[in-house]
Amino acid sequence: MQSTFDLTITVNGTRYERSVEPRMLLSDFLRHELGLTGTHVGCEHGVCGACSVLMDGQPIRSCLTFAVQAHGHEITTVEGLGTRDNLHPIQQAFQEAHGLQCGFCTPGILTTVKAFLEQNPNPSEEEIREALSGNLCRCTGYQHIIEAVQLAAEKMRK
Amino acid sequence: MDRKLIGKRVVRNEDPRLLTGHAQFVDDVQLPGMLHAAFLRSEYAHARLLKVDVSKARQHKGVVAVFTAEDMGKDWQPGPPLVSPPPTVKDVVFHSRRQVPLAKDKVRHAGEAIAVVIAESRYIAEDAVEEIEVEYEPLPVVLDLEKALEPGSPLVHDDLDSNLAARLYQKKGDYEAARQQADVIVKRRIYIERGAAAAMENRGIVAHWDAQSEHLTIWDTTQAPIPIRNGTAARLGLSEHQVRVIAPYIGGGFGPKIMMFYPEEMVIPWAAMKLNRPVKWIEDRRENFYATTQERGQIHDVEMALTRDGRVLGLKDDFLHDTGAYDPYGLTIPLNTQSHNMGGYDIRNYSSEFKVVFTNRIIATPVRGAGRPHGIFVIERMMDAAARELGMDPVELRKRNLIPPDAFPYEHQIIDQAFAPLILDSGNYKAVVDKALEMIGYEKFIKEEQPRLRREGKYVGIGVVPFIETTGVGPYEGARVTVEASGKVNVATGIGTQGQGHFTSFAQVVAEQLGVKVSDVRIVTGDTSEFHWGTGTFASRGAVVAGNAVYAAAKSVRQKVLKLASKVLEAPEEELELGDGMVRVADIPQKAISLGELAVLANPLRGAVEAGTEPGLESTSYYGPQYGATAFGTHAMILEVDPETMMIKIRRYVVAEDCGTVLNPLILEGQIHGGVSMGLGNAYYEKLHMDENGQLLNASFADYLLVSSTEMPHIEVAHLETPSPLNELGAKGVGEAGAIPVPALFAQALENAFQERKLEILEMPLSPNRLFELLKDRQAVE
Amino acid sequence: MKPAPFEYHAPTTVEEALSLLAEHGYDAKVLAGGQSLIPMMNFRLVQPAMLVDLNNIPDLAYIRPDENGGLRIGAMTRHRQVETSPLAAERAPLVHAAMSKIAYPQVRTRGTFGGSVSHADPSAELPALSLALDGKFRLRRQDGERWVPASEFFISLFTTVLEADELLVEASLPPMPPRSGWSLQEVARRPHDFALMGVAAVVTLNEKGLCEGARLVYISAGDRPTLAERAAEALKGQAPSPEVIREAAEIASAQEIDPSSDIHATAEFRRHLANVLTRRALEQAFQRAAENKQEG
Repeated sequence: MQSTFDLTITVNGTRYERSVEPRMLLSDFLRHELGLTGTHVGCEHGVCGACSVLMDGQPIRSCLTFAVQAHGHEITTVEGLGTRDNLHPIQQAFQEAHGLQCGFCTPGILTTVKAFLEQNPNPSEEEIREALSGNLCRCTGYQHIIEAVQLAAEKMRK
Repeated sequence: MDRKLIGKRVVRNEDPRLLTGHAQFVDDVQLPGMLHAAFLRSEYAHARLLKVDVSKARQHKGVVAVFTAEDMGKDWQPGPPLVSPPPTVKDVVFHSRRQVPLAKDKVRHAGEAIAVVIAESRYIAEDAVEEIEVEYEPLPVVLDLEKALEPGSPLVHDDLDSNLAARLYQKKGDYEAARQQADVIVKRRIYIERGAAAAMENRGIVAHWDAQSEHLTIWDTTQAPIPIRNGTAARLGLSEHQVRVIAPYIGGGFGPKIMMFYPEEMVIPWAAMKLNRPVKWIEDRRENFYATTQERGQIHDVEMALTRDGRVLGLKDDFLHDTGAYDPYGLTIPLNTQSHNMGGYDIRNYSSEFKVVFTNRIIATPVRGAGRPHGIFVIERMMDAAARELGMDPVELRKRNLIPPDAFPYEHQIIDQAFAPLILDSGNYKAVVDKALEMIGYEKFIKEEQPRLRREGKYVGIGVVPFIETTGVGPYEGARVTVEASGKVNVATGIGTQGQGHFTSFAQVVAEQLGVKVSDVRIVTGDTSEFHWGTGTFASRGAVVAGNAVYAAAKSVRQKVLKLASKVLEAPEEELELGDGMVRVADIPQKAISLGELAVLANPLRGAVEAGTEPGLESTSYYGPQYGATAFGTHAMILEVDPETMMIKIRRYVVAEDCGTVLNPLILEGQIHGGVSMGLGNAYYEKLHMDENGQLLNASFADYLLVSSTEMPHIEVAHLETPSPLNELGAKGVGEAGAIPVPALFAQALENAFQERKLEILEMPLSPNRLFELLKDRQAVE
Repeated sequence: MKPAPFEYHAPTTVEEALSLLAEHGYDAKVLAGGQSLIPMMNFRLVQPAMLVDLNNIPDLAYIRPDENGGLRIGAMTRHRQVETSPLAAERAPLVHAAMSKIAYPQVRTRGTFGGSVSHADPSAELPALSLALDGKFRLRRQDGERWVPASEFFISLFTTVLEADELLVEASLPPMPPRSGWSLQEVARRPHDFALMGVAAVVTLNEKGLCEGARLVYISAGDRPTLAERAAEALKGQAPSPEVIREAAEIASAQEIDPSSDIHATAEFRRHLANVLTRRALEQAFQRAAENKQEG
């Protein structure tokens, strides 16, 4: 039995080559193999959304994907959005609207929102709530998150 | 106090790190040579452990060690008692039984830790856990609170002669006399269950023993790093100065992360020392349901005595409280229930006994609200039952009994979790209730909208629930404020942070005193090497207690700044102004010096210093309140129910909140929104389902339902400010306020929606199915 | 919650996949979207010795028009693709409408039509909708293929007729007849949870406006998607009045479903919901059919 697989993956524009066990989850690969600890793990059964990243631009749950399945694909994590000195408009909006408290669910929300706003640049409140239904937050009650998304949409439309 | 920054909606200092994925959480810690732990947990809720065979697991490739209780030898000890019963109450019965690092002889709840595997990866550790063979002798399971107290019940602790963990009785006035005088007696049995805190981040520990420097570093998702440091040092025979506990960014606390000396907290540091390699344990979500504490049920037998015109003469509330398999956390939760089951009402006669019961479940410790929601649920249900009995408007009945503004400080008299008779420091309760009524449009709804909706065949109800929240309890916290050579300010405090915005609200307090930018104030929390003394974040006390310590230290530094600047600028202190990081002489702008330069001057490398001065521009202050401040709020809601499917839609939700001085309204609102989402969970979504064998049937997010973005209503928040006289900031806590009244509010609104069917709700949580059953039962009665 | 070790294969053609299944049959589990399988593996509820990953076979993902006016959907078509397909909206509006009810956006990026159908969860939408539309599935093995109608495909809880060496490669969904209307009614604790109860209704009117035919399929009403044939029979030839609809709802909920009790709902409550939702589904479906009649 082949115990490890050679994997080539692009994450936030950088190409990586690694050998991994097929059972290694993409969430663990990103966090511990690549040291990109911005993506968080909340449940490992695909409900909380904290582990959400983009695969080829679309949101997926990295805890429900084996790293080997990302071979040849492009992954975007929260680290690929902006930096502390140069926040992405979505990140700026979240800070201005207080769309985070403990910040644990936030990276998963940011990647989800990035893909969402690309598809729906002028969403209604209901559409935003729908789009976020797969991201659980225990701190905010979602209200400031919704406002942050609305503000982000406004910023990105300019 | 000049309010330039306090009370402003300042954006948070901590956000850029959190938003870019550069904030360190415990699982982000990577150390060379680090090993990973996985625990074998009991399959049974109650069983003797006949044999634990780890030999196969030890052989598993990649496994470095497997430890059982036996392997811990003399180092195996139960956790310390954390909170003793109040010495101020007479005749308390209390049997202290605490959790153990790894089970020996007997397991007392499903999920109790029996052995730990330490391996090269968590994947391998879990593989090896499956190879541990345990021989159990299952024992009958104790779950029902009433049956548990019956003679002949199986015992959770064999050395006791019953499952009674504690009994405590409090009274004030003379309830029996009140009962005699009453025109109406209302009597009910009320069931309230709560659930898991379910923070998005599970628990975790990384322990690193450096044998060369004889120093132990622990990263822990704890809300109480200093007590963890102290207790761990004691357990391991180390000096407190050899142990550093870091609570880095924490992904939500909500209570269970202040439970201390969890089995894992006792085992992992010990294992790290034994193996001389760093060890990491990260809890997974399933473990969180089995191994992290939660809050659970109470059964109340309540009686309220009233006059015909709606004056409550007295309340009697005897209840049972489920503590789970152990009771390290003392009587905090049921004491909070006792201090809240009269709400904010002026009730002079009271009698309440609670019995705490051991059961075969994980330990119950405070979850956001910590027994207050139970108390408020009880009093508010009784008010509604009484209103119906008297034929009175439920809001009117409440207003007739609210503590009036001139009665403060109000001697509530009941001893609460702070061990002293509760005193409600300040408040204007009626104003808050009126504000909520105005916001929800109460009169208009009852008189016009509701009847109209009814004619359209819609079932829409309204609820209005006032509540108190005791907050800001002692004993104390401390803070150290330091102006650095860069001109930036460093603040250290012993409490941790789990998202409440301490990095910003405390910075606002300091920035205002020292005239610097909020973003130039760096707050360090949760690192025991930075600040040595303190307790932790719980009971909505962070802003009040640590905030006031920060305030006091900042003021002290301000005095030092003025004193030194006065000498350097050769101007009297009264003529000096602080702003933009500078100290200036008013009207002579050229006579100025930056704080940074001043800091350097305050710490000379040569020369003599004045006797009695301290180096630098630094101060450490401690604050311990005389007693806790009590906040007050009122939530109101308009709720529509589909009478066929029992699906709900919250049409409006308003909050009027008085927590004294508000440090940062943006942060405050966030706390309220978050609290309401947890309260909503406790009302209609979250329930821990256990079968008769003590097995959780919904130990996952697929089946334990948290409120998501599609369930939450938009919440309108209004602040009223009755400052607390107890501290200089005038602040009261608010962290738990959002969650406390929601179950009571839900019950009231549902009853109001179905008033023609005379629905009465005496239990929480509910669900569509349960509502269906209750309505069917009503129909059967009719 | 880490999965147990397994052998992994990622074929790039259907033939390669079938060859692997022929050889390893019972030891192998097919990995499609993984949104149902991987959680079970993370919980170690299942520990397959081998995974055959279909995600590198581009030939299996497509949405094509069928000459009969219906739709052909490749097994590895993602829910997201169906959700955003104008062709699907036009030719299988019932399926298209259901998409946004399936789990969450991130799950729909990966979840597949074939995966959902093969997993055969009676609480899922796609098995029930395939049955409501009287669809059929193409199953291939190394040495041949067969078509199985949805009405014969689901045997019991999480069990279909798929053999260990067989792969579902395509779903064929026929068009709804002219003068048809459809409705999907669900009750769930949160909008994206598995339904406590769901009803999919497809009804057809004749020129006189009487019911020519109906298909009522239930979600979470038994160990597999349940077709209520007697209720459908009771509607035939009738004018769709409230009484007729109520009668059909009675028959279906009282006699034709076998819901179970679990922590989220009792069988009794599910039956009650089935009654209510059947009524609502039929009302909406007949309404839509009447509107189509006017246009058609």
